[in-house]
Amino acid sequence: MFKPESMTTGNNKADSARRTVSVMMTTLTAACALFAVVILLLILGYIAARGIGSLNLQFLTDIPRPVGEGGGIGNAIVGSLVLLVLSSVIGMPLGIATGIYLAEFGVGRFAGVVRFMADTLTGIPSIVVGVFVYTIIVLPFRQFSAFAGGVALALIMIPIVARTTEEMIRLVPASLREGALALGAPQWRVTLGVVLPAAMSGIATGAMLAVARVSGETAPLLFTALNYNDFNYYLDQPIASLTVQIYNYSISPYDEWHAQAWAATLVLMTLILVINIAVRFFTRKRV
Amino acid sequence: MSNPQPALPTPASAYGARARVWDWRRALSPTGDLGDAVFRGALFLCALLLLLIVAAMIAAMASMSTLSMREFGWGFLTSSQWNPLANKFGAWPFIYGTVMSSIIALLISVPLSLGVAVFLVEQAPARVARPLTFLVELLAAIPSVVYGLWGIFVLAPFLRVHVMPPLQNWFGFLPLFQGSITGISLLTGGVILAIMITPIISAVVRDVLAAVPVSQREAALALGATRWETTRVVLANGGPGIAGAIILGLGRAVGETMAVTMLIGNRPEVSASLFAPSYTIASVLANEFREATGDLYVSALVQLGLILFFVTFVINGAARLLVWSVTRGTSGTARA
Repeated sequence: MFKPESMTTGNNKADSARRTVSVMMTTLTAACALFAVVILLLILGYIAARGIGSLNLQFLTDIPRPVGEGGGIGNAIVGSLVLLVLSSVIGMPLGIATGIYLAEFGVGRFAGVVRFMADTLTGIPSIVVGVFVYTIIVLPFRQFSAFAGGVALALIMIPIVARTTEEMIRLVPASLREGALALGAPQWRVTLGVVLPAAMSGIATGAMLAVARVSGETAPLLFTALNYNDFNYYLDQPIASLTVQIYNYSISPYDEWHAQAWAATLVLMTLILVINIAVRFFTRKRV
Repeated sequence: MSNPQPALPTPASAYGARARVWDWRRALSPTGDLGDAVFRGALFLCALLLLLIVAAMIAAMASMSTLSMREFGWGFLTSSQWNPLANKFGAWPFIYGTVMSSIIALLISVPLSLGVAVFLVEQAPARVARPLTFLVELLAAIPSVVYGLWGIFVLAPFLRVHVMPPLQNWFGFLPLFQGSITGISLLTGGVILAIMITPIISAVVRDVLAAVPVSQREAALALGATRWETTRVVLANGGPGIAGAIILGLGRAVGETMAVTMLIGNRPEVSASLFAPSYTIASVLANEFREATGDLYVSALVQLGLILFFVTFVINGAARLLVWSVTRGTSGTARA
């Protein structure tokens, strides 16, 4: 086979140096990836190892008790679920509607601004959302409440849901829309009856991810939902949550509470990992 | 809002109107259908609400912080006195802590996340890259408070025993590494931030690299470039997007609250040492907002929130524009 002069002779030293650099850098990037994964495994491993010890049925159902008397996170689990349902009820419809608008009517400057604001809003620190909700809900009513916490979480949810919904609807082939329109359906029936069902699994995936994201939020709850040491089912009263409970226990000076913080974290991480892995599983199946 | 409809008789008119399928985006209801008008109007209101939320955030926080703004003026940013008892409030220690912890985070995280992204997109075979990508993304799914818990009981002791003493031994002549070692410090806060923003930066860099045309790689390889040299061409091509990714990570680092609050020590002092406790804007909000008494105290805290809002708003906006400039037109969209 013909080979140019320069490739067979001469410059061999320079070439091998270049190749060495290339191999070194490849190894280095691989080491970076490995390092990130090791950190992940370390974190998950510690949570599993430290959390499993304090985990039992009593812990999962009891309310917090003073040091030395055991106690559990039953009210925090229920509180987190209440907050998640509340924020989903407020945030999902608004987010999905905004997403539909962006996907179906999303041309022009207004849609561009909405899209940009949604993306920017996802980057606003959640503690700032907490401050905002405090000023518009907690202060006027002079009352920390589950409702305020739900609103704060919903505000975090809306831009995430809006953008994933938009992306998912855009994936629906234009031929589906055209077919429905050609059959004489008005736009709203095409969107609600044909496009949305086709994009539903994707939208549900995005919604689940938003729930997973919001379920780990602590900062916006600190001065909206506050915390509560018993079960609470009234939306105008403070309510406990897993994350705030983890925070309070982990900065406490008591070993027993530290152990409970790890166990509560194990519960929270299980929820988040199950959602993430399930989403991964379903999306892979679809694509 | 509604366009004048072409006055054609039915049924040809219905067919004629619908034939211009692509016009339905332009006007409220090109078909003149009442349902369409209502539908689009309702969706429009929801989208508008998102803008109103942002406007309301600015308005509510600005009005709450007027008291503090009047009292302290611009001096609020530069005064380092934070004394609720004496009603003296200055933001400088928090600004310093926020900036320093973010810088530490970026110094560690940028090379790391670039390495991760380059490996996953350019070098790893798909069979390896896919599960690894998922695992790295999982890092972003871990809540801040969990990072804080892990930081208190694993990372801080590790740094105290295995990292800080050697640093002090070797570089102790620098003011950065002087002082007593407790493990709870500016450095610890910066390191946990670095871990937290790595999946965010690397996810966006991955999108950016994936958006660089394959022809660029083929051209470099055809010219005889090695794998690494090809990667450098690709990196140069994605330059603005990578800058955007880094700025996006910065935005996240600036606003991270729980993990930093649990690890940085929460002392409103400016110290040259990285081993000394510090305080960030987000942390002081998390710690003091609930118990703040007195209008001026609350007002000063809300003003800190407003500053944080504007800083992250500008950072994120700039980052989005940079990332969009690279990934626009490709299927890969920027993520949060």
